[in-house]
Amino acid sequence: MKVVLPSPLASYTANRREVEAEGASLAELLADLDRRYPGLRFRVIDEQDAIRPHIRIFVNKTLAPSLDRPLAPGDEVLVVAALSGG
Amino acid sequence: MPRPHLLVGTRKGLFALHADAKRRKWSIEGPHFLGQVVNHAVLDPRDGRTVVAAVKAGHLGHTVYRSEDRGATWKEAARPPAFDKAEGGEGETVNHVFWLTPGPAKQPGRWYAGTSPAGLFSSDDGGRTWQGVDGFNKHPDRRKWIGPPGDGPPDGQTMHSVNIDPFDPDHLYIGLSAGGVFETRDRGGTWAPLNRGVAADFLPDPDAAYGHDPHCLRVHPKVRDVVYQQNHCGIYRLERAANRWTRIGDNMPRDVGDIGFPMVLHPRDPKTAWVFPMDGGTVWPRMPIGGKPTAYVTRDAGKTWKRQDKGLPPAHGWFTVKRQAMTQDSLDPVGLYFGTTSGEVWCSFDEGESWQCLCLHLPHIYSVESALVS
Repeated sequence: MKVVLPSPLASYTANRREVEAEGASLAELLADLDRRYPGLRFRVIDEQDAIRPHIRIFVNKTLAPSLDRPLAPGDEVLVVAALSGG
Repeated sequence: MPRPHLLVGTRKGLFALHADAKRRKWSIEGPHFLGQVVNHAVLDPRDGRTVVAAVKAGHLGHTVYRSEDRGATWKEAARPPAFDKAEGGEGETVNHVFWLTPGPAKQPGRWYAGTSPAGLFSSDDGGRTWQGVDGFNKHPDRRKWIGPPGDGPPDGQTMHSVNIDPFDPDHLYIGLSAGGVFETRDRGGTWAPLNRGVAADFLPDPDAAYGHDPHCLRVHPKVRDVVYQQNHCGIYRLERAANRWTRIGDNMPRDVGDIGFPMVLHPRDPKTAWVFPMDGGTVWPRMPIGGKPTAYVTRDAGKTWKRQDKGLPPAHGWFTVKRQAMTQDSLDPVGLYFGTTSGEVWCSFDEGESWQCLCLHLPHIYSVESALVS
């Protein structure tokens, strides 16, 4: 499925903002993203498996509060770098 | 001929300053990690080419980068420092790595990292992967030592000043802000506070075993068991036979006081040390007293102090020198370097007798580390 990533993660994807990844849940999707782009997951998900404070993840434009969110083929996942100060 | 190589960690990236062998010509290179906070970056003195840097972007979680070619190229750690995942969702999260220390000469590849919240991590592969030092991170008294979540300095509780005893690689000293100085003699397995004689005017118990606020702790690299610290409540020296800190800052001029952040030791003479006093009065401005920045040096283990401000702004020098932002090289005479929150790097090549500005207009400086390279 299509995953749209914010500019702070561009260094992991050779500047690609739209990438493909698979998974039946956000947790699986993030694991797949990390296989394809090593290190990416830790920058957006902490060691307690929580979404980091200045990251928001939307599935089909609806905010996903945790990695438990199920996914279906054709879903679109948007990772956003929210406001974080100067 | 060895020449100094400075690594300057800033709020917006990492810069390197290179000198010629005579320390006359300098060039600047960078920024690396533009826009990201670099709390600390250290060149490994064991190989002269590995650099490890603590990096955090505003939006993203922290990480660690490493270079094997002195900063020409970088790779991210495969496993940055992180606390263990806790059952039930109550576990801690590393906010950022605050301090990096290369391991002892006989343990190549070993590094230590101090984090915020205060945790200790180690690597045995040159910073590629990191694991927690459980003897500290899981110590039953750790929460009492570091205080409740949310306490501590504005940027969070930190573990800093990870010092390895140069005569015993299993003997480590650490500083906790706030929490005090602690030591281990078994490479992190067990820990004991080391704060006797240190004031803590913010604690109700004047003889508290811990809870103190060391700002910068330095262990002498050549002379056994000589330790200095710049504390929130004064400047101290410790010789382990006494096992009790002596407040050598009491000998500073009364109108200057003995509050500050960094402390720098002479690489050979155990009686010589430098501090950079800050205003710790009223609401703690944390700036040079009266806007007149100056270093102070002692050459007699703290019995007397001498002001060293030649070349520094005579007035309206309103900046802070943070705890990691002052250092020395090991040449003769010793070169001194400090970075400011206003983005200036200053240096002295006559052991503080005169100062000159190396560069202006960098971002807010968090750390300055020096190494000699060929």
